[in-house]
Amino acid sequence: MHRAVRIVSWLYALAVYAFIFLPVVVLVLFSLQSTSFPIPPFTGPSLRWYEAVLSDTRLTSALVNSLLVASISSLAAVTLGFLSAWGFARFVLPGSALLRGLITLPLTVSYLIIGMGLLVLFNWAGVPKSLLAAGIGHVVINLPLCFAIIYSQMGDHQVNIERAARDLGAPEWKVLLLITVPVMAPAIFAGFFLSMTFSWDEFVISFLLTRFETTLPVEIWNLLRSGLNPKTNAVGSLVFAVSIVLVVLFELTLLRRKPA
Amino acid sequence: MSTPLVDIRDISHRFGQLAVLKNVSLRIEPGSYTILLGPSGSGKTTLLSILGGFVNPSEGKVLIRGEDCTSTPPARRPTTTVFQDYALFPHMSVGANVGFGLRMQGVDAATRAAKAREALALVGLASAFDKKPHQLSGGQRQRVALARALVIEPAVLLLDEPLGALDLKLRRQMQDELKAIQKRVGTAFIHVTHDQEEAMALADHCVVMNDGRIEDEGPPERVYARPATRFSATFMGESTILAGKVSNNDNGRMTIATGTGSISLPGTSLVGAGLALAIRPEHLILGEGKSDTSLGTAKVSDVVFQGSFKRVLATSDQDPGLQFIAKAPASAVIQSGDKIGVSCNAGDIIQLAG
Repeated sequence: MHRAVRIVSWLYALAVYAFIFLPVVVLVLFSLQSTSFPIPPFTGPSLRWYEAVLSDTRLTSALVNSLLVASISSLAAVTLGFLSAWGFARFVLPGSALLRGLITLPLTVSYLIIGMGLLVLFNWAGVPKSLLAAGIGHVVINLPLCFAIIYSQMGDHQVNIERAARDLGAPEWKVLLLITVPVMAPAIFAGFFLSMTFSWDEFVISFLLTRFETTLPVEIWNLLRSGLNPKTNAVGSLVFAVSIVLVVLFELTLLRRKPA
Repeated sequence: MSTPLVDIRDISHRFGQLAVLKNVSLRIEPGSYTILLGPSGSGKTTLLSILGGFVNPSEGKVLIRGEDCTSTPPARRPTTTVFQDYALFPHMSVGANVGFGLRMQGVDAATRAAKAREALALVGLASAFDKKPHQLSGGQRQRVALARALVIEPAVLLLDEPLGALDLKLRRQMQDELKAIQKRVGTAFIHVTHDQEEAMALADHCVVMNDGRIEDEGPPERVYARPATRFSATFMGESTILAGKVSNNDNGRMTIATGTGSISLPGTSLVGAGLALAIRPEHLILGEGKSDTSLGTAKVSDVVFQGSFKRVLATSDQDPGLQFIAKAPASAVIQSGDKIGVSCNAGDIIQLAG
């Protein structure tokens, strides 16, 4: 009886993980297919579709675009998020709680709505569809996230450390650069890597706001319109691999606790 | 008279509606060790923050070396602060921490390192140069904070309850070292504490604060022996307080009627004026003994053995509202419930102003 329960609970756990990971496993498995269709039976392993991806200049340039947009927009989001977190944590502002709520509000708004809003706004302002426009969109979605992560880690115990630096003659920008940023580094890196992850596989905003040059998820979508083939699996696996690396970096930086 | 190093003129400060400092004036001499002593909420820490430049006073002025520093930011005034939580930079080595102030002054790296090593040697931590703050004990961090503040040679060093986070034994030890370091560097130290033992041990000049005001100030010996007010008589060491009324005044001697009988003291207060008299525990004589002023009899309510002496609490039989606090020798045979005579010498009675 006891044994049976154990077996059933194991099977249940297995089923849950299969439910979560089977799609990804299938994607990665059939990216190694040696024939032209990503359907059983498995005929691999072969790296021919990865070769095909890497020799497709549209895909590789989209990959570079994605990396650029992700890193630059994340840098902007984390910088702005850090500065606003510092401002809220260190100064008494009128309506502080309300303003903090407002700054994190975009986290609850769907990307589709943000994308459409930006599209209308950029149209009106005469900003052409471009990687820059998509990058700005990514800052809009990631700034609240960076703010929330960094603000949550910015405690009162750092106030005296900053005071001490000021007391010893540091001007405000040096206090920020030499003291606050290094002390907050784990939260800042965590915000950066999480923003990278979200920007890296963001589709809707990039789709709405780019035209000729575009990001990898949009390019994959273009590829998918001509039907499934192992090349889409290969490029999807690459996207997935990069995401995994970013998430691991995020967890390492945020969850690693230094001895006090 | 020479210009004082620090001249605090009529400082008042309010947090919202709450007045935390009420018209405080204080002069600090060069090379002195000043203690601001008071209970929490007395305004001592606020006064220190005003000196350090972290708080702008609502009213009044702060002059340092004759220069008006009232609204000078901390970075540009000749003071440094040792914070209660030490506020070391956790991501920097001890050497970089100590050298930080010099780095901000644009001193080159080699000079900085040499001076930082010197300052660490001064506080007895020469070997910690390459360590990180988290590798040090509380007492060691305290010394690093001290070295970091002293290395830029401030005119005044401000210490905010610097020993508050240490255990009792370490506190007494650091206390001796602080005094020694202060004598060696000759910088004026201003040190905030609520520990009266610390105050008596360290201060050249002791400032007793209560409720936003300075109650008393002077050398600790004087403040202890002749406290100016009832508050300082009870906060800086303990006292038995007798309330009395002048009943007769003749040729510089007055007779004071108290709950335990009349006492004759030198003084010229008007007949009918109320007076408060304080007597230190070591000056109360229990039982038979040579004394000139009787304070009636009392019933012992508590005896606490303190090692070198016994602390005795007794309630007066004549005035049940009066509690005697006395010190008896460790060998004294005395216990709760005993009836004893209490007396003292008139010369040991302190007349309080308020």
